Amino acid sequence: MKLALRELRRRPNRFAVATVVLSLIALLLMFLGGLLDGLTAGSTGALRAQQADLIVYSATSDESLERSRLTPEIRAGVESVAGEDAVGGLGTVQLGARLDGRDARDLVPVVLIGYETAPRGLPDEVPGEGEVYADESLRAEGVEEGTTVQLGPARTEVEVIGFLDDSRYSGQGTLWGSLDTWRETVAENRPGEQAGEGVVQALVVQAGDADPAALATEIDEATDGATSTVTVQGAIDALPGVDQQQQVFNQIIGVTVLIAIVVVALFFALITVERTALYGVLKAVGASSLYLFAGVLLQALVVTLLAATVGIAASLAVDALLPAGGIPFVVQPARLIGSVGYLLLAAVIGCALSLRRVLRVDPASAIGG
Amino acid sequence: MTDTEVDPRVGTDTALHLEGVRKTYQVGDDEVVALDRADLTVGSDEIVALVGPSGSGKTTLCSIAGGILAPTEGAVVVGGEDISDYSSKQLTEFRREAVGFVFQTVNLVPFLTARENLLVVDEIGPRTGRKARARADQLLEELDLTARAGNLPGQLSGGEKQRVAIGRALMNEPDLVLFDEPTSSLDSEMGDQVVKLIREEMKSRGTAAIIVTHDDRITHYADRVVKILDGRVDDRNGDDRDHPDRDDG
Repeated sequence: MKLALRELRRRPNRFAVATVVLSLIALLLMFLGGLLDGLTAGSTGALRAQQADLIVYSATSDESLERSRLTPEIRAGVESVAGEDAVGGLGTVQLGARLDGRDARDLVPVVLIGYETAPRGLPDEVPGEGEVYADESLRAEGVEEGTTVQLGPARTEVEVIGFLDDSRYSGQGTLWGSLDTWRETVAENRPGEQAGEGVVQALVVQAGDADPAALATEIDEATDGATSTVTVQGAIDALPGVDQQQQVFNQIIGVTVLIAIVVVALFFALITVERTALYGVLKAVGASSLYLFAGVLLQALVVTLLAATVGIAASLAVDALLPAGGIPFVVQPARLIGSVGYLLLAAVIGCALSLRRVLRVDPASAIGG
Repeated sequence: MTDTEVDPRVGTDTALHLEGVRKTYQVGDDEVVALDRADLTVGSDEIVALVGPSGSGKTTLCSIAGGILAPTEGAVVVGGEDISDYSSKQLTEFRREAVGFVFQTVNLVPFLTARENLLVVDEIGPRTGRKARARADQLLEELDLTARAGNLPGQLSGGEKQRVAIGRALMNEPDLVLFDEPTSSLDSEMGDQVVKLIREEMKSRGTAAIIVTHDDRITHYADRVVKILDGRVDDRNGDDRDHPDRDDG
C-alpha cells in the first residue's frame, strides 16, 4: 500500500481536481444536511422539549394543537388513568410580537405557549402572570432578560424572565408562560378562539414506569374515544410539512451522493486507464490484481477523507459566519459523521467500477514492447 | 492433451526446461500458432541469447518461460518447479518469487526513487522489511547506483534506468532472469556497458538468463545463441535452420 500512498504524496496534482470537486460535494452534502436539521429543529423544538412521553389531543383535531380543545371533564378522564401529577395542560397561540424601539410594523412572529409541566431547561415552577421564558433564538431579535414584549393587536404585555434552548415551533421563536397568561392573551387578541376556564389545547402525560403505548390506549378508552393520544415522536411526525420536508431533502442528498459516486468512478477509471502500462509491468513482476485494486481503493478513500475534512471545516465556518436567526442551519456531529459515511460509501462504489479494468490488465502487455 | 513427460533428469542444475511447448491463439475462426513444439533447456548459470525476427515467437517463449503466459500444451519447468498447469494466481506468485524480468519499455514506477523501485518487489509480496532493504542497498552498490538511490527515474539516464531494472529483477533471488531487448533504447556504448554488467551479475550469482534481442553485440556475451523462426526453436549452435522438425524426445 506504500506504493499508492507514495503516489498521493509525490503527485498531489494528479488528485487535486478530484479532491476539489469532492470537497465541494462534501460541503453541499453537509450544508443540505445542516439545513434539514435546522428546519426540522425549528419545527419540532417545542415538542421535543417536552419532558413527557405522551401528548393527548382531542379526537377530532387530527393531532393539531391549533385545532385541539380538551375540556376539564376529558382531563379528569385522562387523570383517572395516568394520575393527576403526571398530566399537564398545554396551550399555544401564534402572534406577532412588538419590541420596544422597533417600527410598529416590524413584527416578530412568535408562539406563546402556556404550560403546566415544565419543558427541558426550565424550573418546575410555572412563571407568574405576565412572565415568560423566551427561546434562545429570540436573542437575535434583540430580546433580553427583562425585555417587555407586546403580543398581538391587543399589545398584551409579557416580560421575559429567562431563556431556554432549542424550543422553536413552526419555525418561530417561542415564549413560555403559565396557562393563565396564555388564556388571557388569547382572550384579548383572539376573542373567537377564547378558551374557557380549565380548557386546554392538549395534555402532556408522563408515563413513568408504564408502557407509553399501552397507557395511550388506556387514556383513549377512559375518555370514551374523545381523545387521540400519541407519543411525543408520534406528535412530531404528525406536524404538517415536517415529513415532506425530510423526504425532499433526503432525495436531494441521495442525488448528491450519486454525483459523488459518478465523480469517483470517472476519476479513478481515468487514472486506471493511464496506469494500464504500469499495471502490466507490476503484474508481470508478481503483483496481484487485488493488490493493485487495493491501492486504487486506498487512494480513493484518502482523497474522500481529505474532501470530507474540507467539507466539515467549511460547514463549521458557514455555521460560525451565518448570523443567528437567519438561515436555519445547524451543525450536528451525527449529520457530519453520516455525511462522511455516505462519501466513503460513494468512494468504494465508484472505485468498484474500476475493478474490472484492473483485472483485465494483461501482464503479457509488459513484454515484447 | 499433454503428450510430454518431464525428463526426470531435469534437476537443480537446470534453470529452465521446455518440452514440447505449444502456444496457439484463437483469432476469429483461425488458430494462430505462436510457438510450435518448442524444446529448450537452459543450465543453471547459463546465459542464452534468443534471436529471431519479429513475430517469430520469441516474446511468446520468453513469456511462457517467465510464467506470464501458460502454454497450450507442453511442459515448463523453471528451477525444478513444474509450472505447466499453474493457475493464473499460482503464476503470479511464481513470478514474484522465482523469476526476474527486465523489460524493453515502461519499466520503472515513475514516482518512486531507484531504491524504492527495487523495494517494490518486496512491497507486492509478503514483506520482509529490513532484509529486503539490506538486499536493495547491496544491489544498488553492485550496480554502481548508490549515489543515484534517491533519484526518480526521470532524473536517471537510460543506462542507469536499465541498471535499476536489473537490480529489481534480482531482488527476489530468481532462478532465471528474462531480458526483453534490454539494449534497444540505448546507444551502442551504453548498451555494451549494460550487457557486460548483465553478464557479470549473472555469472557472479550463478543465475541463468535468457536475453531476447536483435542486437549482435549481445550474442557475443551469451554462452549460447538460440534461434527461433515461425514459432520453432532451434536449440543448437550453428545455423542449421534446415531441420526445424527436430523431434528428439
